[in-house]
Amino acid sequence: MTFNAENSQAVLNAVQGAVNRHGATREELIPILNDINREIGYLPKEALSQVSKLLQVPQSQLFSVATFYHMLNTKPRGKNVIQFCESAPCHVVGGREVWNRLQEELNLSDGETTPDGMWSLVTVSCLGLCGVGPVIMVNDDIYGNVTPQQVSEILNRYKEVG
Amino acid sequence: MAFFRSHILVSVDPECIKRGALDVIDALQNELVEQGLIDEVQVLETSRIGDPNLWGPDMMVYPEGVHYSCLTVDDVPFLVEEHFLKGRVVEKFRAVEKAIIDEELSAPKGKEVRVVLRNCGKIDPTNIEDYIAEDGYLALAKALNEMTPEDVIKTVKASGLRGRGGAGFLVGQKWELARMNAGDVKFAICNADEGDPGAFMNRRVLESDPHSVIEGMIIAAYAIGSTQGYIYCRAEYPLAVKALNIGIQQARDLGLLGKNIMGTDFSFDLEVRMGAGAFVCGEETALMSSIEGRRGEPRPRPPFPAQKGLFGKPSNINNVESYANVPQIIIKGPEWYSSMGTENSKGTKTFALAGDLNHTGLIEVPFGITLREIIYDVGGGIKGGKGFKAIQTGGPMGGCIPAEYLDLPIDYKTLASVGSIMGSGGMIVMDEDTCMVDIARFFMDFIQDESCGKCVPCRVGTRRMLEILTRICEGKGQPDDIPTLELLCKEIMADSLCGLGQGAPNPVITALKYFRSEFEAHIFEKRCPAKVCKALITYEIQEGPCTGCTVCSRNCPVSAITGERRQTHHIDPDTCIRCGICMQVCNFNAIEIH
Repeated sequence: MTFNAENSQAVLNAVQGAVNRHGATREELIPILNDINREIGYLPKEALSQVSKLLQVPQSQLFSVATFYHMLNTKPRGKNVIQFCESAPCHVVGGREVWNRLQEELNLSDGETTPDGMWSLVTVSCLGLCGVGPVIMVNDDIYGNVTPQQVSEILNRYKEVG
Repeated sequence: MAFFRSHILVSVDPECIKRGALDVIDALQNELVEQGLIDEVQVLETSRIGDPNLWGPDMMVYPEGVHYSCLTVDDVPFLVEEHFLKGRVVEKFRAVEKAIIDEELSAPKGKEVRVVLRNCGKIDPTNIEDYIAEDGYLALAKALNEMTPEDVIKTVKASGLRGRGGAGFLVGQKWELARMNAGDVKFAICNADEGDPGAFMNRRVLESDPHSVIEGMIIAAYAIGSTQGYIYCRAEYPLAVKALNIGIQQARDLGLLGKNIMGTDFSFDLEVRMGAGAFVCGEETALMSSIEGRRGEPRPRPPFPAQKGLFGKPSNINNVESYANVPQIIIKGPEWYSSMGTENSKGTKTFALAGDLNHTGLIEVPFGITLREIIYDVGGGIKGGKGFKAIQTGGPMGGCIPAEYLDLPIDYKTLASVGSIMGSGGMIVMDEDTCMVDIARFFMDFIQDESCGKCVPCRVGTRRMLEILTRICEGKGQPDDIPTLELLCKEIMADSLCGLGQGAPNPVITALKYFRSEFEAHIFEKRCPAKVCKALITYEIQEGPCTGCTVCSRNCPVSAITGERRQTHHIDPDTCIRCGICMQVCNFNAIEIH
């Protein structure tokens, strides 16, 4: 994503909104970053520098927190984010085959995004749905008991029509 | 007021009216007059009963509580005669409720005892009144009005309840420490950062019965003298967070949280904090760093949280399940609780069963039950009638237990004696097709990924272990790999800062102890006995069963399969990437792994 005046205004608005919601204190940092991440899809540099100003916390510390937590991203992600549960219960019931198929289908490895910005493929730690493994999550939708054969059909649901 | 022996409630929502509900009511009235029952049976209108798009018109008959549906005017005379004159339920009119299948939590099996899960699936988690109807907040009332904080601590201590987060420290003792440490502000914290792969007991309790945790926390806060509490819930559990927030608001509205709870001098409030995806935040000191808005890195203990915890104040931190047990203990007494379980582990424990089992899902059993009972009686045995190989308990820092210990009565002590841990209660069952080297590598991969990086033994040590295990799986194992692994295990265990590093070697230690021959087969014979490790297996097509249908060669992503139609096909082992697709698509089971 390139930055122009318009979307950097959107970033500032997202930061301001999150800070207003939670209050400009250090202990609210993670909720604030979570909100911005959800709204923008990741944490752009501009967002971190603005949070740093408002919370009076050095940028280095913000970056350290932002890179520590899996759910906070410092790089842009695709329009559709596929999360594959890489935990042991999913692994023992055939998760590896599903993971291989996902990688083949999208031509992506863990943590990568397609050049057109449509798909990101990431692994995620246990989603707590171990009774119905293997589990994948596409955006906010959860799929359980996934087989390799179902992968392309599931992905097709998110492909844009036309 | 007239007294009726029976009431018929007919649903008059728009959909039912469209399907003739009003005509049915008229017909019912007429028929009751006809049969001389109009003074005994009352017909009433009510709102929606079932799903009107499926049934309708719907009616409920009380006191029996029978649900009839899809009735027409013509059915009425028969129904009135049978049900109201002869007193027989008319089965053919009964609504066939679509059975709600709860894959996660089925009806309790014979050997289960449900204390923590007692309300799950039974009450509406978004309605505090449902919880109150099940004796909810009775324990809080008892504690606040009839017991001193010391009494509460004494009761919880006497029950023998041990922390359900993994370490198994006595809950009452923890509270006593937090009470003794003076401080102007104290915090009560609930660890709901259930990150262990394969564990989802806490998620289910939070989603289905959030008030049991909230009530347990208020009682704990009263006991230790805390005024502010936090529930730290992982962000992967959005529904649990939602249920908690609704629950907290409802409790506030009823004066069960906030200032002067139940009209007493005691005030306490609660807030939900969300994680952001870091496994190590389940460690108590890391969790507190995360609430403070920092990197979730553990710090050395002492000082313990009871002395210097959140924001440097004395804090008590317990797991979801520990808190959820507390109200029951207060109501039913410590003797009731300690009558269940074993000598050193009292009460019940929830477990999440996952892996190659017929019935995966949540269970709650008294301590002292054997692994065999859990796997075969409660879990329904191994999927596909295969053989049992190992059970991994306690999450990624637990150990793999082999078949020879299936009759071990489980509690905190016995699990430790075989090299595993209770942990939070995840149980992953593995069948005979599992490669233990691969599993050991897998767990190390997880630990390596989740290591926070603060201390060297964990950060670097687990990396080296992963490299060695990966190399063994790839058929490049070296003769001294096993001793090197054992040395690394010992050092990492002894020198790591927190429980994550200290427990990290457990899966490898137990795998080496109980399944050593598999490691040796990989290293010395370059063979994977379970036929899992890709570098050590080849796929071959059997001449007999192969019909030459070409399905495999058409599906092979690297065109490694050749052969004429109706002729036995052949896989080129050098081109083959061992993806297994050919085996999945073959209709004749012609492909075998060697």
